[in-house]
Amino acid sequence: MRRTFTRVLPQLLTLAVLMALVTLFFPQFLAVDYQGGRLSGPVIDVLKRGAPVALLAVGMTLVIATRGIDLSVGTVMAITGAAAAWAIASGWGAGTAVLLALAAGLVCGLWNGCLVAVVGIQPIVATLILMTSGRGIAQLITEGRILTFNDPGFAWLGSGILAGLPVPVFIWILTAVAVAILMRRTALGLLVEAIGINRSASALAGVNARVLLIAVYMASGLCAALAGIIATADIRGADANNAGLWLELDAILAVVIGGNSLLGGRFSVAASVLGAMIIQTIDTGILLAGFPSEYNLVIKAGLVLIILVLQSPNLASEWYFLRRSLTQRREPKPVPSRVKE
Amino acid sequence: MTVNPRLYPLLATIGIFMLAYLVCWMQFPYMLSTRVVGNLLTDNAYLGIVAVGMTLVILSGGIDLSVGSVIAFSGVFIAVLLRDTGLHPLAAFAILLAVTTAFGAAMGGVIHLLAMPAFIVTLAGMFLARGAAYMLTIESVPIVHPFYETLKNAYWLMPGKGRLTLIAIVMLLAVVAGALIAHRTRFGASVFAIGGGEQTARLMGVRVGATTVGIYAFSGFMAGLSGIVFSIYTSSGYPLATVGTELTAIAAVVIGGTLLTGGAGYVLGTLFGVLTMGLIQTYIVFDGSLSSWWTKIVIGVLLLLFILLQRGLLRVSSLRA
Repeated sequence: MRRTFTRVLPQLLTLAVLMALVTLFFPQFLAVDYQGGRLSGPVIDVLKRGAPVALLAVGMTLVIATRGIDLSVGTVMAITGAAAAWAIASGWGAGTAVLLALAAGLVCGLWNGCLVAVVGIQPIVATLILMTSGRGIAQLITEGRILTFNDPGFAWLGSGILAGLPVPVFIWILTAVAVAILMRRTALGLLVEAIGINRSASALAGVNARVLLIAVYMASGLCAALAGIIATADIRGADANNAGLWLELDAILAVVIGGNSLLGGRFSVAASVLGAMIIQTIDTGILLAGFPSEYNLVIKAGLVLIILVLQSPNLASEWYFLRRSLTQRREPKPVPSRVKE
Repeated sequence: MTVNPRLYPLLATIGIFMLAYLVCWMQFPYMLSTRVVGNLLTDNAYLGIVAVGMTLVILSGGIDLSVGSVIAFSGVFIAVLLRDTGLHPLAAFAILLAVTTAFGAAMGGVIHLLAMPAFIVTLAGMFLARGAAYMLTIESVPIVHPFYETLKNAYWLMPGKGRLTLIAIVMLLAVVAGALIAHRTRFGASVFAIGGGEQTARLMGVRVGATTVGIYAFSGFMAGLSGIVFSIYTSSGYPLATVGTELTAIAAVVIGGTLLTGGAGYVLGTLFGVLTMGLIQTYIVFDGSLSSWWTKIVIGVLLLLFILLQRGLLRVSSLRA
């Protein structure tokens, strides 16, 4: 527990600083109202609107930990949303719709995983295929229209209230906790990290890299399906063109803000989810503080740059030598050679 | 006669394009008029130009996600500059190309100095360029200038009344220039070397840092040029334009037969990749009953085919070695 806390401390601090900044410009930011059995307020709004990116970030964390990337998650959201809406429009009921959407997400993940692990295509290209063609598939399902439906049971998943909080909040928190427990209470997380650090070495050590890779992409597809269900249920309609559009980039950004290296290896689901909340706080905060939303992207770019500098393997070795030369000033200095992988 | 196996992907690209054109022609004989060809080149001019820059980036084993945003930024930049100052468009073009080239060079510098993946660095560049476009204006700015009208209406009448517009000519020139740079210069050889393996290239004496900066500067320049062409094509600047063009360009490069891991490919193939994608769209327009989403699915299938073909070729050549 304590190690998790120190791991996510930078993200927590960033979030706290951001919230303080927003409160400075918009004093009611932290105010939470309780009315008619539901909590409401900007913070609750952040928690709810951040749900899709947080869910995507959970799956993306695992994929990135294997040194991969999944560009298709936004499109998978559109496909699963369309599948769910189609099932409801055909009169199959909310339960079947959810199951169908989850199955569609798993199939998408299986496709990506097979391309990466069996055919051996680089992850960025393998998932690019589904990213470009997937919206076409989603439009095939909706026949190019925005499929709307009126099913209170399904809509509850997007806009319902449970114990005073919006349902999507429970969905993403439960998913994140479940994945974190599954990864850290078993050896799975360790094996995933092993693949990310060196796939052939881990295979030699007896890790079934192929099956694990496919499983990781399927997990990402499943998370995307959950996000797609929430997005579709929220607006009570499936929009094949715009559902989850460019959310894959926000999800990758959330993972990177969470301090996970794009070069694979160690990961933290909690930090990624916090990263998603940081992004959503920026989005909402800029709107509430009255800044034009144009600044949003520039701020994101600045954030990425800062993280790049902090993560850079080049600067890491330089900082290491800087620290060494400060602590061992009297001893002969080591020759600062630039270590490069 | 033996054909160099390196040429297979290029030949496959050209073959598929010819075959597709043949199928189109058999169904719609008008497809073979110079008018259709002229429109095909004009409509895809901006994509072709940006794909040439992307080809060099991918040849070096990198990726540039910022180009779509840079095109949008270019249009907005020119439109605002022409609206608010009395500058001649040519001066605006010069300033813009300097800005986008410097922007690309800066990204190349960051990639090299921080040793970070090109993917995330250019992702930051994508946010930055799009954000800069938003900060200039959030609405569509029309470009009204007599010189722009001249550029828009400049064309060479091909036999058969087809119009080879100025922007199509610019695109073809960009392809030729890109091909010369990639295949006939020392810089191009360095790009291929880095794509083949950075460590090896370094040991061979390639100046990796300078080349990386040059590659992304070239891509930035091409994105700026593409932005100019796009602004001529649409006569306006709009910050929300060309969202996702970077991925279309990457797809065109892959369909053009360039290996995504870097180190092998031809700039000429990219032109055919762009034209194949344009042809699919033209076919759907001609047919009239097909829905536009088939474009995306067919492009996805083509992407998959080419990637599988490349995997197969790699395996064959490694077996032979």
